[in-house]
Amino acid sequence: MDRIPVLAPVSPQAHALSALLIAVFFVLLAIFLLVTGLVTFMIIRYRDRPGAPEARQIFGWNTLEVIWTLIPIGILAIFSVFMISADRAADPLVPPGRIPDLQVVGHQWWWEINYRASGVVAANEIHIPVGKPILIDLRSADVVHDFWAPRLGRKIDAVPGHPNMLWIEADQPGTYMGECAEFCGVEHTWMRFRVIAQNRGDFDAWQRTQLATPLSPTAPDAIAGAKLFTDKTCVNCHAIAGTVANQTVGPDLSHIASRVMLAGEAAQNTPDELFRWLKQPDVIKPQSHMPNFKLTDDEARELVAYLEGLK
Amino acid sequence: MSEMVEAGVAPAIVVPEREGLLRWITSVDHKEIGILYIISAMAFFLIGGLEALVIRLQLLAPNFHIVSPETFDQMFTMHGTTMIFLFVMPMLTGFSTYVVPLMIGARDMAFPRLNAMSFWLQLFGGIILYFSFVAGGASSAGWFAYTPLSEKAYSSLPGVDFWILGLACIGIGTLAGAINFAVTIICLRVEGLTIRRLPLFVWMTLVNSFLMIFALPLINAALAMLLIDRFFNAHVFDPAGGGSAILWQHYFWSFGHPEVYIMILPAFGIISEVIPVFSRKPIYGYEFVAASSVAIAFLSFTVWAHHMFAVGMSHVANLAFGIASMTIAVPTGIKIFNWTATMYGGRIRFTTAMMFATAFLITFTIGGLSGISFAIFPLDWQLTDTYYLVAHFHYVLFGGSVFGIFAGFYYWFPKISGRLLSERVGKWQFWLTFIGFNLTFFVQHILGLAGMPRRVFTYPDLPGWHAMNAISSIGAFMLGFAVLLFVWMIFEALSNGEIAGDNPWEAWTLEWATTSPPPPENFERVPPVHGRRPLWDLAHPERADELVARS
Repeated sequence: MDRIPVLAPVSPQAHALSALLIAVFFVLLAIFLLVTGLVTFMIIRYRDRPGAPEARQIFGWNTLEVIWTLIPIGILAIFSVFMISADRAADPLVPPGRIPDLQVVGHQWWWEINYRASGVVAANEIHIPVGKPILIDLRSADVVHDFWAPRLGRKIDAVPGHPNMLWIEADQPGTYMGECAEFCGVEHTWMRFRVIAQNRGDFDAWQRTQLATPLSPTAPDAIAGAKLFTDKTCVNCHAIAGTVANQTVGPDLSHIASRVMLAGEAAQNTPDELFRWLKQPDVIKPQSHMPNFKLTDDEARELVAYLEGLK
Repeated sequence: MSEMVEAGVAPAIVVPEREGLLRWITSVDHKEIGILYIISAMAFFLIGGLEALVIRLQLLAPNFHIVSPETFDQMFTMHGTTMIFLFVMPMLTGFSTYVVPLMIGARDMAFPRLNAMSFWLQLFGGIILYFSFVAGGASSAGWFAYTPLSEKAYSSLPGVDFWILGLACIGIGTLAGAINFAVTIICLRVEGLTIRRLPLFVWMTLVNSFLMIFALPLINAALAMLLIDRFFNAHVFDPAGGGSAILWQHYFWSFGHPEVYIMILPAFGIISEVIPVFSRKPIYGYEFVAASSVAIAFLSFTVWAHHMFAVGMSHVANLAFGIASMTIAVPTGIKIFNWTATMYGGRIRFTTAMMFATAFLITFTIGGLSGISFAIFPLDWQLTDTYYLVAHFHYVLFGGSVFGIFAGFYYWFPKISGRLLSERVGKWQFWLTFIGFNLTFFVQHILGLAGMPRRVFTYPDLPGWHAMNAISSIGAFMLGFAVLLFVWMIFEALSNGEIAGDNPWEAWTLEWATTSPPPPENFERVPPVHGRRPLWDLAHPERADELVARS
């Protein structure tokens, strides 16, 4: 069932949705079987056969019309009740004064994640503590995006000029896939993310490392990489804590080495893949806003050495 | 036969006789214009189908690179726009243009020149749209052109501008056509053909005209605003300048949802003609089939925001639009049950037209039922913008509208051309289409539940995704082959097809009372109309429908 995330909920919110989906599915299946059964019966029973008498000319029967008007109305009335209760469970009202835990901002084509209480800034990989409802303040920096982690809760658009609120939650530790579900331009495909649910202790430890200023590089190639990071104008878009780099156009790279994926999940975060990404961003993610700096192999290797040291 | 009445009066327009191409370009005859609509719609069907095949080829396997992401986005933008505005709508309009005046015993449409203008604007719009490919690239903002993605800041190339101008042309042409149909049906009916005796295809065309008259101005106005945004920085839909991104969605879907019914009501009309004729029975519950269409037309203007449940509307708005959307299932269900009941006790002749109509009952029901899962808005939060949605609307628009179009094509082709399509090849085409269609789209339901979003040019190699996409792509190519077979069969029939005669199906409506193809004036004499099936009454005067109904 893990393959069908909408049927493998790990939160009360997503659970309400999957229970509703299953209930509605069986009612719809019954209606489908009824219609198909009737049509099949007509096809077999009333197929024209040689010598069959002329069909009796029947024009209708009002009682039957009333029946097949009223029964569907009844079914839909029941669906409406289900609908209201699932709405309450999957999208609970936000208590007045409740401050969101996270602010998530959709960008073409990555997710910026700000932890309101601790001040951690992350990208594309959202760590949350297990068993706690997380309230997200969802925004967009450019066009309409859509935040969807199907096992954790509903999907909702990130609309410029129209902040939305969203609850997500995970009952058990694990990594849960997420994606942008609204077409947002050429690299909409690679605007995926993941939610990593951790036990309280692990989550706190993760937050502490994210808050720490990364260590300055010591190896010669990493030192060269750090210099390149400034010289090659990487600093015009990215931020790295403890350095002059403080821009927020692209993802914060202070702890890039702690992430699993790169470029909205277009590539794995391994030294080889990072090397390819730096050398040829336009091949891995064509038309993304990451420019091709025409780095030499040595330059790219030095940058990789620097970035992969930012734990 | 003595009480034959004069054909309905239409304004006499004297058009000089011309030959060849010039004759087609200058024609104001509804039959010739109808044929032009059908030919141009077929041509765009092939182009839109080719775009679909590019999409399915690119998605055949994960991380494929057949086309660039930009090209892929152009393909799905143009595929959607083409199939909706340049195939389904004009094809159905083509049928209506050809058949409606015949069905009501009229000489022509009420405004023959306006009729020609409608078609040429339609074609001109299509040409503008496709001209964008050579004028800097077609739009890649999707057929829904959500703002601010479609604004200049994010779509700087002229593709969106051509898209706007093309659709505006089509919109104006369609609007003129809708007025023309409404006036024709209200004013030009032959004596005795009261509103309550209208063939259901005419009923659906009439209801559809009003849908178009009210829905198309919404999109035309929104297109004008978007164009002003793009050229003069008006910021109507641009939040960066104080506009509203969501406003566009409201405009677009307040047109876009009635549009869905604009594409399906005439297909309902075709089904309502084909099933009774081949079941050898009158339609079951005529009044209910007609009235449920009016109900659908009204309701269709109250449900647009079900396309926007993920936008973040209030709980009350979600609930109101959810319940309104579910309500549409009731009149739609009434139709399905009445069509099925029409087959009850019949002597069903499984011609290719009837096979498509029967398949329609099943596939459209699947599309309708999966539609209910979007009306239940908490489910929409999980299902929308995934491949489940792609599956849903293809079951409605292909399994519904296109199956209806195929049924209508086999049914009326003999009237239009004077020749029958091959039933032998037709059955092959039916089964290839039916199996290819289900292979392509059924698996997409599961793909959507597995989490695959729409409008992605590739996908990660998650468990099952590759296999399901491969099945879908194989089905699409089967479907493509079926369409080629269909086109070949048409050409074959035009030169070598069996001569049809006036009324090959022994049908009962007035278009079958004249020659195939009909003469320029349509009828020498129109049979008397005392009921819904004038040709039945003519053949069985002792058991005429009105007499049976009264007894």
